[in-house]
Amino acid sequence: MTSAPRLSLHVPEPTVRPGGRPDFSHVAVPEAGEVPRPPIDVNPSDIRDFAYTMIRVLDDKGDAVGDWAGGLKSDDLRKGLRDMMLTRAFDARMLLSQRQGKTSFYIQCLGEEAIATAHRKALKPGDMCFPTYRQQGLLIAYGWPIVDMMCQIFANEKDRLKGRQLPGLYSSKEAGFFTVSGNLGTQYPQAVGWAMASAISGDSRIASGWIGEGATAESDFHSALVFASVYRPPVILNVVNNQWAISSYQGIAGGESAKFAARAHGFGIPSLRVDGNDYLAVYAASLWAVERARANLGPTLIEWVTYRAGAHSTSDDPTKYRPKDEGTAWPLGDPIERLKTHLIRIGAWSEERHRQMQAEVDAEILEAAKEAESHGTLHDGPKPSAATMFEDVFKEMPRHLREQRQQLGV
Amino acid sequence: MARLSMVEAIRDAMDCKMAEDERVVVFGEDVGYFGGVFRCTDGLQRKYGKSRCFDAPINESGIVGVAIGMGAYGLRPVAEIQFADYVYPGYDQLVSEAARLRYRSGGDFFAPIVIRMPCGGGIYGGQTHSQSPEAVFTHVCGLKTVIPSNPYDAKGLLIAAIEDDDPVIFLEPKRLYNGPFSGHPDQPVTPWAKHLLSEVPAGRYVVPLGKAAVRREGRGVTVLSYGTMTHVAEAAAEETGVDAEIIDLRSLIPLDIDAIQTSVEKTGRCLIVHEATLTSGFGAELAAQVMERCFYALEAPIERVAGWDTPYPHAEEWDYFPGPARVGRALLKAMEA
Repeated sequence: MTSAPRLSLHVPEPTVRPGGRPDFSHVAVPEAGEVPRPPIDVNPSDIRDFAYTMIRVLDDKGDAVGDWAGGLKSDDLRKGLRDMMLTRAFDARMLLSQRQGKTSFYIQCLGEEAIATAHRKALKPGDMCFPTYRQQGLLIAYGWPIVDMMCQIFANEKDRLKGRQLPGLYSSKEAGFFTVSGNLGTQYPQAVGWAMASAISGDSRIASGWIGEGATAESDFHSALVFASVYRPPVILNVVNNQWAISSYQGIAGGESAKFAARAHGFGIPSLRVDGNDYLAVYAASLWAVERARANLGPTLIEWVTYRAGAHSTSDDPTKYRPKDEGTAWPLGDPIERLKTHLIRIGAWSEERHRQMQAEVDAEILEAAKEAESHGTLHDGPKPSAATMFEDVFKEMPRHLREQRQQLGV
Repeated sequence: MARLSMVEAIRDAMDCKMAEDERVVVFGEDVGYFGGVFRCTDGLQRKYGKSRCFDAPINESGIVGVAIGMGAYGLRPVAEIQFADYVYPGYDQLVSEAARLRYRSGGDFFAPIVIRMPCGGGIYGGQTHSQSPEAVFTHVCGLKTVIPSNPYDAKGLLIAAIEDDDPVIFLEPKRLYNGPFSGHPDQPVTPWAKHLLSEVPAGRYVVPLGKAAVRREGRGVTVLSYGTMTHVAEAAAEETGVDAEIIDLRSLIPLDIDAIQTSVEKTGRCLIVHEATLTSGFGAELAAQVMERCFYALEAPIERVAGWDTPYPHAEEWDYFPGPARVGRALLKAMEA
């Protein structure tokens, strides 16, 4: 009789911890332009290998190459660069405001700016995004007023959400930005439901759901894929793989055993894996999925490969669990630098114009912050009345809430 | 006027709303072609087409989650959870999402959804087909919770729920689907056709959410109840001869506290009856509110009769179910004090 080996549990572990040398040798980076662009009505089974490679447009020199290149004019690209720079400057200012005590908490999207801003460019007004807390770029690229976003963060008298939500959990129906939950994954089936409603209504609008690679472990992720697979509604299922879920690297969400993009295969949903730090690739892949959805061809899942260059939030210190300089070793680079290099290479940009734009963007953010602060900050100045706390629980305030408001004496 | 069973009345409510409002869509497990395991949606797919009445995957968090998305889009989804006992995978979507969309978005988004689900025991359903989970919903700020006890109310309340702009949990006592139930399992089942409240008008009417009904007038003791237990309480009052005033709450949130207060101040005594388990049940909330508002009118301690604090057993169902004997003893006790 042969004796069975003693069983042992596999607990995934990142390749490096603090003090070690950053190592992304496990992240295979194919050449830009290597992946072809299939027709939008492709049979999902014909592009299964797309989940294991990476769609990239910008090469190391800054040239746009391959089937997925083209489609954006110089003006669009400069606008895209500005959207990303504005998003980064906005984040920097709000981080500072948090450190100054003007708000309690902040979540930046440093290093991930291309994904939301380029994706938004592929959508139309009326389409609805179901974002997480790291897609502020959707609002900024849409052109939503920065002051309004800051007023939400400061929870001041102009905060449309009346001080009820954590900073950064915006809501704007007008801008196609669904109220951010703060719970993870719940918005994914909602995006599918919204898209189903659009299909039921014979509409032409589409939905775009967002989730991080960590939250793909939630059952809601799988619920959403089941419904998307069954009813084939016009929805884009974005998975932002920024490698880290607070302190848990992507292996803890299952990324060591399978690519997140490949999870769509079991549902027969076509899936792309894309360089998320490549503005042109993000736009092109988003547009492909948008066109599919708009043509009633159903859902697309897209894994955006990127790196969370900052802390998870202002309550997090990533030096406790990953090397301090890990971000500098990230093989896909910085999305702003890459688009800037491309623009210079095609003769549509210069270092001088870049410096000028940086100054403009910084001034715009500073101006907006001053205006927002004039309406109050978390602990200083005008704020929403406590009486509003009892509103909007229901459409009409029921008797028990009226009584509780009276008890509070407001 | 047509005499309908509870199943037919519920179906009629959806039929009526689907006919007059294109935004109303109905879905759930086995709800489409087959018409639901309790037949509540029978014929709706044939009449309104597959995109307005359809089968859903066995995935309650998905069912509630997509309903929220549809509601946010502007539809009026009516989703069926096959048994209330199955709702828990969808609970996060109800608590963290449906109940809070309006609040957290400052009124920008809301979820005008109805989640229907059969509840309660008395059908040998065991622990997974018998629960009465109303209290896990009434504790959530932003949800309305409704339980009809008869066909007339079922139709009017369901229409009101579909037209409501807030999320509504619509609990349907499955033991009442095809006839009233006095709580005597050994007695023959009487069909709804013989009950006055099975007279259901054609077309649209509403029973407003938040309005209780007096099922039996009396001066001795107020019985606060809802769903199946209103019928059991009526039987217990008849059998004991106690002059009980039986109030059918119909809607737990919003709660008709005025009707409760008026009755308790008249009788000076109060018995609360529900099938759900006792501890932290909705009866605890009722007892607290009666104490807060009617303490000086009370002549006796508030009594509660509820399901025992155990899972719903299969073979011991009738030892578990708070039947007329237990309710009757509580009525007498309330009167003796």
